[in-house]
Amino acid sequence: MVDPRIVIVGAGPAGTRAAETVVRHGLRPVVLDEAPQSGGQIYRRQPPGFSRDAKVLYGFEAGRAGRLHAAFDALAGKVEHHPGTLVWTVRDGAVHTAPADGGAVGRFPYDALVLATGACDRVIPFPGWTTAGVYTLGAAQVALKYQACAIGGRVVFLGTGPLLYLVAYQYAKAGAEVAAVLDTTGFAAKAMALPKLLAVLPALAKGLYYLGWLRSRGIAIHEGVVPVRVDGADAVEGVVFRSASGEERRIACDAVGFGYGLQSETQLADLAGCRFAYEPQSRQWLPEADADGRSDVAGVYLAGDGRRVRGADFAEMAGELAALAALGDRGIAVDQARMAALRRGLDRGLRWGQALQAVFPVPHHFLADLPSETVLCRCEGVTVGDARRAADDLDAREINRAKALSRIGMGRCQGRYCGLSAATILADTAGEKPETAMRIRGQAPVKPVPLRTEEAAS
Amino acid sequence: MSERGQFRRVAETGRRPVRLRVDGEAVEALDGDTVLVALLTAGRRLRDNEFERRPRAGFCLMGACQDCWIWRPDGGRVRACSTPVADGMDLLTRSPLEQWSIRAS
Amino acid sequence: MSAQRYDVVIVGGGIMGASTAFHLRTVHGKSVALLERGFVGAGASGVNFGNVRRQGRFLPQIPLSHRSREIWGRLPELLGEDCEFLPTGGLRVAYSDADMAVLEKHVGEARDWDLHLDLLGLNAIRSRWPWLGPDVVGALMSPADGHANPRLVAPAFGRAARRAGAVIHEHCEVADIAREPTGFRVTTRTGLEVRGEVLLNSAGFWGGAIAASFGEPVPIVARGPQMAVTEPLPYFMEPVLGGVSSDIYLRQVKRGNVVYGGGLRGPVETDPPRGRPVPDLSIAQWGRVLRFVPVLAGAQVIRTWTGVEGYMDDDIPVMGESGTTPGLFHAFGFCGHGFQLGPGVGAVMAELMATGRTVTPIEPFHIRRFAHLKPARPA
Repeated sequence: MVDPRIVIVGAGPAGTRAAETVVRHGLRPVVLDEAPQSGGQIYRRQPPGFSRDAKVLYGFEAGRAGRLHAAFDALAGKVEHHPGTLVWTVRDGAVHTAPADGGAVGRFPYDALVLATGACDRVIPFPGWTTAGVYTLGAAQVALKYQACAIGGRVVFLGTGPLLYLVAYQYAKAGAEVAAVLDTTGFAAKAMALPKLLAVLPALAKGLYYLGWLRSRGIAIHEGVVPVRVDGADAVEGVVFRSASGEERRIACDAVGFGYGLQSETQLADLAGCRFAYEPQSRQWLPEADADGRSDVAGVYLAGDGRRVRGADFAEMAGELAALAALGDRGIAVDQARMAALRRGLDRGLRWGQALQAVFPVPHHFLADLPSETVLCRCEGVTVGDARRAADDLDAREINRAKALSRIGMGRCQGRYCGLSAATILADTAGEKPETAMRIRGQAPVKPVPLRTEEAAS
Repeated sequence: MSERGQFRRVAETGRRPVRLRVDGEAVEALDGDTVLVALLTAGRRLRDNEFERRPRAGFCLMGACQDCWIWRPDGGRVRACSTPVADGMDLLTRSPLEQWSIRAS
Repeated sequence: MSAQRYDVVIVGGGIMGASTAFHLRTVHGKSVALLERGFVGAGASGVNFGNVRRQGRFLPQIPLSHRSREIWGRLPELLGEDCEFLPTGGLRVAYSDADMAVLEKHVGEARDWDLHLDLLGLNAIRSRWPWLGPDVVGALMSPADGHANPRLVAPAFGRAARRAGAVIHEHCEVADIAREPTGFRVTTRTGLEVRGEVLLNSAGFWGGAIAASFGEPVPIVARGPQMAVTEPLPYFMEPVLGGVSSDIYLRQVKRGNVVYGGGLRGPVETDPPRGRPVPDLSIAQWGRVLRFVPVLAGAQVIRTWTGVEGYMDDDIPVMGESGTTPGLFHAFGFCGHGFQLGPGVGAVMAELMATGRTVTPIEPFHIRRFAHLKPARPA
């Protein structure tokens, strides 16, 4: 029997554990990853020549990060690893790649494809969010972790989610000036009201620790805020918010990091033809898979945050389980007991993900109050008003229709950062439930590919 | 450390200097910097958005938002957040196709 | 339950159906119901290249094309929006003496058809469009041709038709068309029933199946033209470009994106309709784009797409009254070059259905040219 060709997209927690599992069963998988080094976003490694130790970079997670990096490094020579490689589409049993350095495009046929594409920040537009100097919370963390930089000289952090207090804490600890933390949900109050959950949610405990630490350093924390605008024509000069008591306040700053948790990167699953289902809590359409990660498309497996945001620990389990499923489905003997244990673990992950969303809810309701001139699609400059007009005047209540008629989500980012908000705006305008607006259909390439002279791949 | 930059270095400042040219001007960065960090420790703008016609300075820093693409003089594109600097790198923050541009009414 | 009765029922809400509905209401005052399986204009009409081109066409199609071009120029007045129509001129580009000979021949023939074409040599090209590639040796300019946004045009006709009183049912796939003593009864999968004195089959590729069900099969296949668009670039490429021997075409919208297509067409699924671009065909276009316009090297492709288009084996559409069934009319199978014709097809079909005749010659497109094909099942 010819060995099955197994292709893994992504080398973060899920991709690493999937690769390790395949190697353990005597096969040599292809691992395609956009980053120059394994680790994914959460355990992103600093470039060669940097010297901060893991505790500084990853805090409480230093041990996990180190173990994951070591696991991938131990696969050297046993996997066909292509770092710096974008997978730009999936079609007819092969993934198509374009290297970041402009080298030749490639094509990797597979018998089994494990998509471990991870997540990116969930954002909700607000006036001024496209001003130079406004970043996602994830970006703020990457700047510090990967480049030893703060995103500004005086930074405001805004939003909700586990990253909010963590990044603020990391910045303050690194000596950056944190002007304020603006929490849209009142995390502390919510967490305190959930004593039972606390026991199973170490993230909450960590969050409360960071919050206490920041308070003890005199850093302003405002809970239950609504962002009003970012000031500054060519660069950030300040941020205006409405406090829980309803008054408008302004904080001078030169950078803003904001976000409302994470959203799954689902574009490749979409191009692979996977069926999607609506997940009401996050209002995201997610690719469907069974408990092991099998999608409804034969040979395509989904793991990690790209399938459903559950965080790094559960992504490691999902990566291993999806790989075991892929191997088992191809007649290779796998440890059934291990699979059962991983399934039980991931079950906990599902509950944990739901609990996280309950404690850090995405404030969808902000969208209804946005001024119409607010930029919604940052690539194409489409405004909230344009989206409302599409739903009202052009009868475009389904998001792909609105995209066709108004250009929402038509830009370089393929609607990653506006699509979910746009769906809610369309549905709100139409007076319908958010799922009726559907989701932006994926279109290749999932990220831009430069025109260059190439013969068609054979 | 430039007071005019968007980003502030908080550690790892002992790296080897790297020299590049941005829009014809000399910019000094550090080995291991991304192009984005090189430009944003020196200034507050990376590129302009085509439709808002306002400066942009990156957004996601993880290759998802595609809002930090700048140019090489030969028209090649560089995603600033994911491209490391190199000595002698020549970069433009406006499209070299501007030379052919006709006014869109 | 008695179904609502209309003068005309239109099956298929692409640019042909939507434009016909608009003209039936606004010019002829007929009552109209249009049935569309998805959104109006979201099929082939919405995903094509967007060429508003007359040069290089099958010459007997030119009168129809002229009539359509006249409507293109009046879209703001007719629809309240211009659908990004830009009469920038269309340029067919030659790479060789053989290509030039093709263009020269077309100039000669087109004189009789009132096409005003300028054949340009190397010097003229270099001075006007210095960014064209070094392999280009000459070109044929059709100054009043241009391009428009295909995503906008058919929906705009649909909305204007609705404002004028047409009844438009979206997401209503037709399940059955039955002949009645006077006219037709059309039933949709959603359970809707409408009656029409007259029926227009403007169902694109699926128009072939409708024709066959009335005993007049046609040789039609479904294929997906491969389209792509770049990131927004400084606006520099004014004319629409097409090749003679090189099967590639490009246009730049004023916002800056360069749209291109050409080359082999890919397979598509037709039930339900779904087109997905074929990566190798996309890649195969890149070199041809860059040979045309080398300064696009490095420009980012940000999106590719395709759709379900119906191609006739003689590359000529089916248009006119049925050869078998009184009251039935066809306008389908436009073989990837129907976008420019769409507004004119609507005017002509409306005229034909409302008055029994049309001033624009459409005889060469009649379905009877396939009458030798045996029906699979007699009607």
